[in-house]
Amino acid sequence: MAKFLIHRLYISVLVAVTVSVIAFGLLRLSGDLAAELAGEDATPEEIAVIATQYGLDKPLYVQYFNWAGNALTGDLGRSLFTNEPVTEMIFDRIGVTIKLAFFSIVIALIISIPLGVLASVYPNTWIDRTSLGLAVFGQAIPNFFFALLLILLFGVKLRWFPISGNDTFAHFIMPTMTLGIGVMPQFMRLTRTGMLDVLGSDFIRTARAKGLSPLKVLFKHALRNAILPIVSLMAVVLGFLLGGTVIIESIFALNGVGFLAFESILRQDFPVVQSIVFILSLSYILLTLSSDLINAQLDPRIRLG
Amino acid sequence: MNNQSLDTTDDRADEFEVSVPSPPELMKRRAKSHIGFILGGSVVLIALLVAIFAPVLAPADPYDQDLTRRLIDPIWGAKGTWKNPLGTDALGRDYLSRIMFGSQVSLMIGFFAAAVSAIVGSCIGMIGGYFGGRIDNFIMYLINVKLALPGLLVALSLVSVFGGSIIALILILSFLFWDRYAVVTRSVTQQIRVNDYITAAQALGTSHTRIILGEILPNVMNQIIVIASLEMAVAIIIEAALSFLGLGVQPPTPSWGLLVSEGRSFMFFKPHLIVLPGMAIFLLVIAINMMGDGIRDITAPEGRN
Repeated sequence: MAKFLIHRLYISVLVAVTVSVIAFGLLRLSGDLAAELAGEDATPEEIAVIATQYGLDKPLYVQYFNWAGNALTGDLGRSLFTNEPVTEMIFDRIGVTIKLAFFSIVIALIISIPLGVLASVYPNTWIDRTSLGLAVFGQAIPNFFFALLLILLFGVKLRWFPISGNDTFAHFIMPTMTLGIGVMPQFMRLTRTGMLDVLGSDFIRTARAKGLSPLKVLFKHALRNAILPIVSLMAVVLGFLLGGTVIIESIFALNGVGFLAFESILRQDFPVVQSIVFILSLSYILLTLSSDLINAQLDPRIRLG
Repeated sequence: MNNQSLDTTDDRADEFEVSVPSPPELMKRRAKSHIGFILGGSVVLIALLVAIFAPVLAPADPYDQDLTRRLIDPIWGAKGTWKNPLGTDALGRDYLSRIMFGSQVSLMIGFFAAAVSAIVGSCIGMIGGYFGGRIDNFIMYLINVKLALPGLLVALSLVSVFGGSIIALILILSFLFWDRYAVVTRSVTQQIRVNDYITAAQALGTSHTRIILGEILPNVMNQIIVIASLEMAVAIIIEAALSFLGLGVQPPTPSWGLLVSEGRSFMFFKPHLIVLPGMAIFLLVIAINMMGDGIRDITAPEGRN
């Protein structure tokens, strides 16, 4: 276990460092940031002043080490646009995004696990085909379009839910429905294939032969074994959702990290963008690391193999 | 004498092949009876024909503005006319023509993004799987870095730096999608590598490049095509999403995502302005997915579940 743990940690740190370099370089690819910040009519002197003010006159690697060093102490710099500390800006908004991602996964699981189990118990019947159809639908519909359709139906026609803002629970219903439908197919397919595999295995036949009730076999024996890959997928999807809420947050005017990132990209506010990209990558790394460690704990073949 | 006996065995082999259909023959038969493949393939084919012949088929120039004929209803609306079967947009441009030309953008970006990422990703994957050891470790590290980055945010940042030209979008989207090809080709290559014919080729002194391209590539081609069809669908959705956010194809080019975004301000009065282009994306993506699933079933029916 120790060897596996050290190797896995080493890779994670290496990846995290690389990701921080990429995040740092992302908006700097545009060339002369100081000239861009100073505006179109700026004189060379003004540009030079701005460059010194933000430390842009120093060599890139010095800038990177300054930023990375400060980042380790929790200081991600200040926004070029609002001059607020980036750490505070992100922490003010990350709650909304986490809520959004969490509820979306819950919705996806509520739909996909029962459907996946049903589809595996009755393969190639109308139940199987309907749930497959739903999965195809969720996979193919662009989430911004689905969000607008929900707004037209539930927001404008039926007036059930508010269409913008993040003040109450009701504000989260349509955004989480949109995101949940989008990630549901992956969970459903995985549940179905996992269950089909397990249901065909010997120990299920034994359990059935022992005379256990079919429901008990299904949930206590089969689903339990099919759930492992779903846990891994949850970590991946959570990481994806934290960075994938940009569109939905901007449509529903949810004041989360995705919307902040989008606004900051539009106004070339690179301290904010690089910090968000870095923090999201870091959370993905931590999520997959912990799910790998959980799996290794549960399955000796992984940690010893 | 010897020659003669060899000839007769050859003849027998021919007879044998006649009675059992060859693999391409089997695939053709499976394709003909696969409803999803036929249905999806037909829709993709129609979209392709519309895209190619849009200049001939479209009733009007998609860029031609006529401010006296703004926001005209489609033919089923109260004031619809056959002059603009799907009505006009906010600048009086014929909506049917804009949607028809929009298929060019979607198909072109989708196809080339899937193709470029297929080439890059499969090369990376095959190299890692074939050589193993340190090279493979390095490639796993690259894949991990890619997975950790929030793709959509990175794409948005890159578009904001490099602009929304079609070529830039294709390259940026290719960067988003190469990892799945790499993961799959890598693991398949690892299984193939141990086969005798690879060892034989190595013993003959065949160069690594030739072994990878001549022996391994043909064996992973089916998987690459299946992934490519699915990634093409995702690329079309992401292009539409980027254009919807204003960081993709730039106006006045008619991209379906852009049409939805332009129609959004009028969607409460003229919902067809978002429903028509949205449905176009949805149908094309479903069709590509059905075709991709079909290709998988046809080329490797044992992989179906």
